[in-house]
Amino acid sequence: MIYEVFRQERKGQPFQHAGSVEAADDHFADVYAREQYGRRGESSGLWIVPRSAVTEIHDFVDELNRNYHRVDGYPLKEKLKEARERAGTAAPRDR
Amino acid sequence: MTQPTASSPSREQEFLEYVQSGGQVEATDELPDDYRAKLIKFIEMHGNSELMGVLPEREWILRAPTLQRKLALTAKVQDEVGHSQLIYRVVEDLGKPREQCLDDLISGKSKFHNVFHYPTKTWGDVGVIAWLVDAAAIISQKALLKCSYAPYARIMKKICWEESFHILHGRDVILTLINGTDDQRELVQDAVNRWWGPLMQFHGNPIAKEEDPMYIWRIKSQGNEEARQQFLDGYVPQIWELGLTVPDPKLRKSDDGAWEYSEPDWDELKSVVTGHGPKSQDRLDLRRAARENSAWVRQVVLPQAA
Amino acid sequence: MNEQVRQLLEIADDELILGWRDSEWTGIAPLLEEDVAFSSIAQNEIGHARALYELAARELGTTADELAFDRSPEEYLCAPIVELRLMDWERTIARHYLYEEADAVRLERLKQSDDPEIAGLAAKIDREEAYHRIHAQMWFDRLQAEPRFTAALEELRPQAAALLDSSQRNGHTPELTTLWEEMTVVRRSQPAGTKW
Repeated sequence: MIYEVFRQERKGQPFQHAGSVEAADDHFADVYAREQYGRRGESSGLWIVPRSAVTEIHDFVDELNRNYHRVDGYPLKEKLKEARERAGTAAPRDR
Repeated sequence: MTQPTASSPSREQEFLEYVQSGGQVEATDELPDDYRAKLIKFIEMHGNSELMGVLPEREWILRAPTLQRKLALTAKVQDEVGHSQLIYRVVEDLGKPREQCLDDLISGKSKFHNVFHYPTKTWGDVGVIAWLVDAAAIISQKALLKCSYAPYARIMKKICWEESFHILHGRDVILTLINGTDDQRELVQDAVNRWWGPLMQFHGNPIAKEEDPMYIWRIKSQGNEEARQQFLDGYVPQIWELGLTVPDPKLRKSDDGAWEYSEPDWDELKSVVTGHGPKSQDRLDLRRAARENSAWVRQVVLPQAA
Repeated sequence: MNEQVRQLLEIADDELILGWRDSEWTGIAPLLEEDVAFSSIAQNEIGHARALYELAARELGTTADELAFDRSPEEYLCAPIVELRLMDWERTIARHYLYEEADAVRLERLKQSDDPEIAGLAAKIDREEAYHRIHAQMWFDRLQAEPRFTAALEELRPQAAALLDSSQRNGHTPELTTLWEEMTVVRRSQPAGTKW
């Protein structure tokens, strides 16, 4: 069975996918993940998950471009330039 | 795992442009058949090399002359086994199971790097391998950090980090010998003399990178000659500063910064990597015997293994 | 040599020679993942040997390396079971299981030592050995239905007794001499005191 290993470098940091080990069961996976991703004391934590428990998603639908959810949906540069000009506070490079 | 493919000429062109502009792909992306095939072959050879690279060194674990050296060398070899595990997992996720890789390695169908086909004769070899052979390997490995195939690039990051200790261990062994008895100094010079030829062949013949499929597909980010020059630039000064000589009278750095050297023996390289090196068959036999001996263990522990 | 030092050397020699034997699997273990794990166990054993030798060395006015390498085979105090070359997995794991069982008892005793340094070191070693015991149990559970494994346990069990009973340590196998020759071949190639 393949087990995916997620490791945390230091306390407070996110767990990130580090690799995978092949193991007979959870006990072997524990030992082997510990070795491959922790024998140097390089991880403060590990999560070990059978690959079969992981669901993958790679396709996301956004047919109508819902940019109001995102930063790029708010182009402020031009409006800010106009507002500054009106207030007489435009920076030299804006003019 | 299903294997998507992107093999129409236009899809392949799209893919090529994508990777050549720095794009990376994952195991679940559509990969052109040729890319996938070359990738598997390249990565598999790397895995084979890490695994076979253990054999020249492991006998010296048993002979290490201090407890510290024994621990360091065991840890180094352990790392190499660990690297082969990481690498074969990547190959397996590309569609070729580990057991098949090991079958092909043992039967001679797939290859491993030239340097692991040679004998290690003395403790001097232990130092030179960790100092110079590993250095040559690390240069190649750094060129894989930006591999277009992301799972491989990611394990290369871990591998390169772990290899940094190996070079220091090598340097420590060498410096201790150089500062020691005349016999110990001689061990180092003798080892350098014997390993120089294989080292110069290691990065492969100087095919232009534009003609190297590994570079075209951005699996590697560096051509063979570039790697060799980097090795010479980094390590010849280190060799010379210890009062050691390199067994190549033509070796010199030209005014334009490029190193000149005697033409490596490309016939020897070809002969060795096709299984005719001094220790090729012995080592494959050892692998075969170990594998056969422990087949029952895999049967008990991994239900799907042969 | 006083009794305390002798006891330390017994355990140190056991750990060194067993660690040496276990390190013979590096690169050729049945599974790649297991190869890495078992190599760590071998390294821990050598590390434990080193720490124990260092304690003994201070009493004896020598160094850990000199104790580990520069005695003659007859002078080692290890139990014969650790000297055996067992290059099949069933007997390697059987020995591992029996050794860890005995070592747990031995370490418990040592943790009660009057000498705080010895007690402290025993506690440290025991914390590392906890992982060895988990590993040995894991394999025991997996292999206990295999006839070749149960046969290996039965074959080796009598020899495990010497691990806890010094009176049963009555000399060495010829395998120790062969091991010692290989272990010291590089070291003996230069005069005593040479740095490596």
